[in-house]
Amino acid sequence: MSFSEKTRNIYNQQINEIKEGGLFKQERFIHSPQDANIEVEFPEGSRLKNVINMCSNNYLGLSSHPDVLKAAHEGLDRRGYGMSSVRFICGTQDIHHELEKKVTEFLDTEDTILFPSCMDANAGVFEAILTDEDVMISDRLVHASIIDGIRLCSAEHDTFKHSNMDHLEKKLQLHEDKRLKMVITDGVFSMDGDTAHLDEMAALCEKYDAMLFVDDSHASGFIGKTGRGTHEKYGVMDKVDIITTTFGKALGGASGGCVSGRKQLVEMCRQKARPYLFSNTIAPVVVSGVVKVLDILSKTTERRDKLEKNADYWRKGLTEAGFILKEGDTPIVPVMLFNANLAQNFSKDLYEEGIYAIGFFFPVVPKGQARIRTQISAGHEIHHLDAALEAFVKVGRKYDILGKTKQEIIEKYGM
Amino acid sequence: MDEDIKKIVLDYVIEEYLEDEDEKITYDTPLISGGIVDSFSMVSLKRFLEKKYQISIPDDEATPEAFDSVNSITELVEKYIKED
Repeated sequence: MSFSEKTRNIYNQQINEIKEGGLFKQERFIHSPQDANIEVEFPEGSRLKNVINMCSNNYLGLSSHPDVLKAAHEGLDRRGYGMSSVRFICGTQDIHHELEKKVTEFLDTEDTILFPSCMDANAGVFEAILTDEDVMISDRLVHASIIDGIRLCSAEHDTFKHSNMDHLEKKLQLHEDKRLKMVITDGVFSMDGDTAHLDEMAALCEKYDAMLFVDDSHASGFIGKTGRGTHEKYGVMDKVDIITTTFGKALGGASGGCVSGRKQLVEMCRQKARPYLFSNTIAPVVVSGVVKVLDILSKTTERRDKLEKNADYWRKGLTEAGFILKEGDTPIVPVMLFNANLAQNFSKDLYEEGIYAIGFFFPVVPKGQARIRTQISAGHEIHHLDAALEAFVKVGRKYDILGKTKQEIIEKYGM
Repeated sequence: MDEDIKKIVLDYVIEEYLEDEDEKITYDTPLISGGIVDSFSMVSLKRFLEKKYQISIPDDEATPEAFDSVNSITELVEKYIKED
């Protein structure tokens, strides 16, 4: 037996350390389709509870949309269940090519390549297009999948302070002698809900001859006037060289991702990106669903407009009730509680009130910045938001934090 | 130890890595093991020192241990200034 007592003990100890550090993650089983209301079994074995979901990435409410389900059913019937091959052997169908073209049109880029997930897109893209003669300069708060991709790439890596353009410029000057330079950022930062200032970043990239990379996973489909993403919001549709994004959030929420951008960069991914070369791509049933999602979003901005209104309503309600929010104008609305225990207890009490929203604390966010991250959806109706607000106010009163300053909350509960 | 180099390294670390103005560090504060500088961000510090002092620090000497305090960084810089 190779899994000896000694080996077992090492792992048990590591798992205990995770538990003792308050970092143990537990799944909650959902017995219904993803929606504004869900049926949850938590803890395991307990009776199902109907709760309002305030923490999903189902920004446009398309995860269970009848037209998307119908398209997925048709895709399953016409193109089967699995491909049993990677793309370049016999794993590419006409609908994969069709989806790539549709994404290119939707994002207004030159070309697109699908990946099994955006995690895979970010893991594979840098290594495929940069070498040890080049440099990657990333915002210090970029998503974990970008960090992993950077680790796999031989190019030099440097960082700039979050959204600090002066610091970014200094870094571009420091690395001016590199063959290729790439500035890397998230479009919308998922923990704070703020957006990267792509207009200023694009100007700096032009000045110093650097490429601009944006992960728009928390933006594609709803940020910008017609929902094309952060590059639309900042009026730089033609100035972003690479966009990576996911179909696992607003765009139907199933799975899959892509790299979209300059033709040559996409071609390099097709030749060299390892998650593309050595893994099956997105299943036909999902591809068919995403194609429908893009059709819906290209015809009308109704859903992103509703999302914007819902997010404004939610922010206004929480602010008037006396909560401290992270400033922003996206559907990610973090309610700041600062103390990790308070965030955990607050989340538990919300659940008792029928509201599903999760507390985030160190190391996911900096120490003393614990929060409940709420995410608004076009699937929410005003009555959902009113019910959620009522629960937040009730729990807020219990902990006596309404109308209190950051200093007062920290004095009461600690950092 | 060269006080000028120490001061320059300290100022650079404060300017480059500290986000909070209230945060204070000294010549001995553990930077990497203390979570102030992540090992990724060491790259810019190394590059800054190499450009500033016209030296080349080999990658195998640029360890997290050697970059863990202003004092240890200064020692490393002085070693290569002398070698040059």
